[in-house]
Order: sequence, then structure tokens, then C-alpha cells
Amino acid sequence: MINPNYSESVMKRKITEGVIKVVLTICAVITVLVTIGIVVILGKESYLFFKDVSIVEFFTSTKWQPSIEQFGVLPLINSTLTTSFIAMLVAAPLGLCVAIYLSEYATKKTRSILKPILEILAGIPTVVYGYFALTFMTPFLRLVFGQHNVEVYNTASAGLVMGILILPLVSSITEDALSSVPNALREASYGLGGNKLQCTLTVVVPAAFSGIAAAFILGLSRAIGETMIVALAAGAGPNFTFNPFEAAETLTGYIVRISGGDVSYNTVDYNSIFALGLFLFVITLTLNIISRKIVQKFQEEYD
Amino acid sequence: MSIEIKDLNVYYGDFHAVDSVNLHLHKNKVTALIGPSGCGKSSVLRSVNRMNELLTNTVVKGEINFEGVNINQKSIDAVEVRKKIGMVFQKPNPFPKSIYDNIAWGVKVHGFKGTKDDMDEIVYSSLEKAALWNEVKDKLKQSALRLSGGQQQRLCIARTIAVKPEVILMDEPASALDPIATGKIEELIAELKDQYTIAIVTHNMHQAGRVSDYTAFFLVNEERRGHLVEFGDTNQIFFNPSDRRTEDYLSGRFG
Repeated sequence: MINPNYSESVMKRKITEGVIKVVLTICAVITVLVTIGIVVILGKESYLFFKDVSIVEFFTSTKWQPSIEQFGVLPLINSTLTTSFIAMLVAAPLGLCVAIYLSEYATKKTRSILKPILEILAGIPTVVYGYFALTFMTPFLRLVFGQHNVEVYNTASAGLVMGILILPLVSSITEDALSSVPNALREASYGLGGNKLQCTLTVVVPAAFSGIAAAFILGLSRAIGETMIVALAAGAGPNFTFNPFEAAETLTGYIVRISGGDVSYNTVDYNSIFALGLFLFVITLTLNIISRKIVQKFQEEYD
Repeated sequence: MSIEIKDLNVYYGDFHAVDSVNLHLHKNKVTALIGPSGCGKSSVLRSVNRMNELLTNTVVKGEINFEGVNINQKSIDAVEVRKKIGMVFQKPNPFPKSIYDNIAWGVKVHGFKGTKDDMDEIVYSSLEKAALWNEVKDKLKQSALRLSGGQQQRLCIARTIAVKPEVILMDEPASALDPIATGKIEELIAELKDQYTIAIVTHNMHQAGRVSDYTAFFLVNEERRGHLVEFGDTNQIFFNPSDRRTEDYLSGRFG
């Protein structure tokens, strides 16, 4: 018989569970509140900025020179896109190859050695990557392409090293996507007389398309938000150029320089970094949402 | 082409799963492999087209003679074997591609060099033979994953036929399907045996009785090794088995 009145031990358990639930809820609420707080402050300061600067100018002018009241975001976006594009040029093909190797070709033992090494790569502080770009990659590029062609600070060097930085992220998510392709599909292709390469490239990779696309987009979003490498190696000072061997400042690089400098509060310069911050936030948020949508859309078809 | 299996042993690591099986898959006949779970019937089937070696630590010993050649040896390329000995799996496993591309995939892998019209013809005739054409002819570009389970399985059979194998191995092809879909698969098997040598693993004894010409009955011994108890004409196995255990199993006394 179960006693309809709670015994003491049952009461105790109920109370503990209640307390745990409240504590966990508070934790969840705090993260949400912090996020909302950041967005509100970004929004408020950006609003002040856009009271002084027209949105049209912001998005169309190719000059970013706060000292003479020129606020065109294009040079900053341009260099952010250049470094991110170069980074993806490294990380996408290499990440895909690494993932294919780990998921389809490597033996269990090799995988158990290689994966941790790849994760160590992800654990290196970004500032180390930054001076790696400055002290190794840049001299290397100058050696290969000539001192006159490559400036001391340049977006190519920063982009290439950023590619190495996001490689573990891209390859690890891609590998997850490949390994989650049902084995039945591999068996089907072998059963039809397919060899390993045909099976991998024409069955497994297309079947994992959504996950791979998500991996690339997340990698891109990480590259766009990456700061330390570009701040150290890409150059200080906005420059509207399509030449990756020239110095140019990215969105994040500019924010770092201004935040660390001695700009006084409530000036347009000061507010500009919030506008740029908001802008960056919107870009990466959009990318993350797109990657989510892709995963959902193509996974539905799977089941 | 008939297949002669001689003294086949399968090991998964230390586990001796199949013990000395001798079996003949007759040309243009359906051979059913029946028996309780774990009796090694699937292991035998998957050895015939060398699918077992895709699993790590698997060793298959013995001879599998096909067209006068022992195909169970290192010097024979497993991919070439599978081109001639196709397989249909337990769970329908169409590629997440269109119906058309599901069929075209294997054909291309076999080095197809024809025109678009030739491929259309192959797709049509394979679907027609698999009794699926009428149901899908208007939606060849649609994803195969949107078909019902039974249609998916017939597509998998069509896909196998498209690459013109000589032998088709079926590993419980209807176990994931409802009775109507199962009936269609069985009709299909009966039609296909004119052109192909077929081996089918099934849990369903009635199915074995309905579709097969020959039946191989497997059991596990005390060491959990699967072995062949009796092999013969299906009618003889079902109505006049020579082994007492076969009779007990078929009459539902165990298993």
C-alpha cells in the first residue's frame, strides 16, 4: 500500500528537487538576460551613433575616417570578407579532406591519435596564431611573392592563419556529419559494386550535405568574428582594397584598436564601435540561423 | 551461374560464427536460407559477395566457387565480385537521391558510357522489371526517400537489376514490410528467377516455402556456432525432412 500522506523522506526529496529546479531555472534565465542586455546596449549606443551618421552613408561610403567624420563601413566589411574568404579557402577544402579521412578511411587507432591532435589545434590561444601570422606567415609570403608586393601587415597572412584556426571546427563538425550518415547507405553502394572513393564522394558526402554546409557556415561565422589574428597581422587603419597583400583593417580589428585607445565617451567615434558591434552580431546571427535552417530542411527529407 | 560454397567458416574476431558450411546455389533457382536468429545464415549470405570483410576483424575461410573461380581469395577484387553478385538488404536503403539517380548510380559506377536515352531506357526497364514503373513513372525526379517502405525496397531491387548482376542475394528483404508489400516482393522474386540466381535469407518459413526451390536449414550448436543442418529441395525439406531438428523447427516446436 502506498501511503497517501507524504512520508518524511518523500517530503525531503520533493523539496530538494524543487530547489534544484529553481537553481537550474535561474542559471538558464541569467544566460538569456545577459544576451538580452548585450543586445540592448548595442542597440542603444548604435542608436546614438545613427543619430549623427546617416545609415545610407554608413553602408555606401568607401571611407572610414572618424577624424574627419567619414563613416563608411565598406572598407571594414571588405577586409573582413577578404580575410574570411581566404580563411575559408584554406579551411573548407582541407577541413572536408580531413573529415573524409577521419570518418571514412582512418582506422580506429589512427583516428584516436589524430582527433586529439586536431583538438589541441583548437585549444591554441588566438593571440598565438596572431603572432604566428606576423612572425612566420608574413615573412613567408614576402619571401615567396617578393618584399615589394607584400606589405608587412596584410590580409592574406591573417586570412591564411585564420584558416588554420578554424580548421578544427570545420573538420570536426564535418566529420560528425559524415559519420552520422547511416551505414546502410555505404553497404548499398558497396553492394552495387561501388568502390570506396565512389561511395564516399557520391553517396556519403552528398548525404551529409546539410551538416557539411552547416560546418562551413559556422566556420565562416567564426572567421568573421575572429579578432586577435587580424588585429595583429592584418593592419591598423581602414583601407578599401581588394589586394590581399595590402594592409587593411577589419571590423573586429577596428573595434579592438578603438576600444584600447583613448577615445572619450559619448563621442561619435566611441559610439561607432557599438554600431559595428551590432552589425557584426547581426551578420554572425544571420549565418548561424541560415546554417540551422539548412540542417533542418535537409534532415527532414532524410527521415 | 551457380555458386558452390565449400567448407565455409566465418569468424568475427575470436567468435567462430559459421562452422563448415557446404551449399550449392543453383542457377536460375531461388535458394532460401532459414533458421533461428544467430544461426549464421546472414553471415553465409554476406560472405558470398564479400560484404563481411567490410567489418573489421572478420575472417572468412573456405571456397566460394563462381564461374569456376574461387572468389573468396585475396587476389580477387571484392568490388568486381559485387558487380556480378548484387545484394538487397533487410531495411530498404535507397540513396537520398531521386528515384532516377538511385538507379543510375550503380550503372555509372559500372562504367556506363551511353547516352541520356540509353540511361532512360535502363531506368525504365529496371523499374518495369521490379514492378515499380507504373507507380513512379511520373515522379522519377522525386526523392526516393518519399516512397513507402515497400516501394523503396522494390526500388532497391530495381537498382540491383540495373547493373545486370548474375546472382542476387537478399537478406530478409521483406522483414521490414507489411504483408501487402511483402506479397509484391515475393511475386517479384518468382519472376526474377528466370534471369537470376537468387539466394534469400528469411525468418519467415512460410515465405521460404512460397518463394524458394531449395531450402537450407541452419542451426546454432552449443558453442553458438552456426552450421548447416539440412539442404535440399524445398518440398522435401518442408514435407519430408531427413533431420529431426528440421522437422521440429518447421512445425514450430522451437525457434
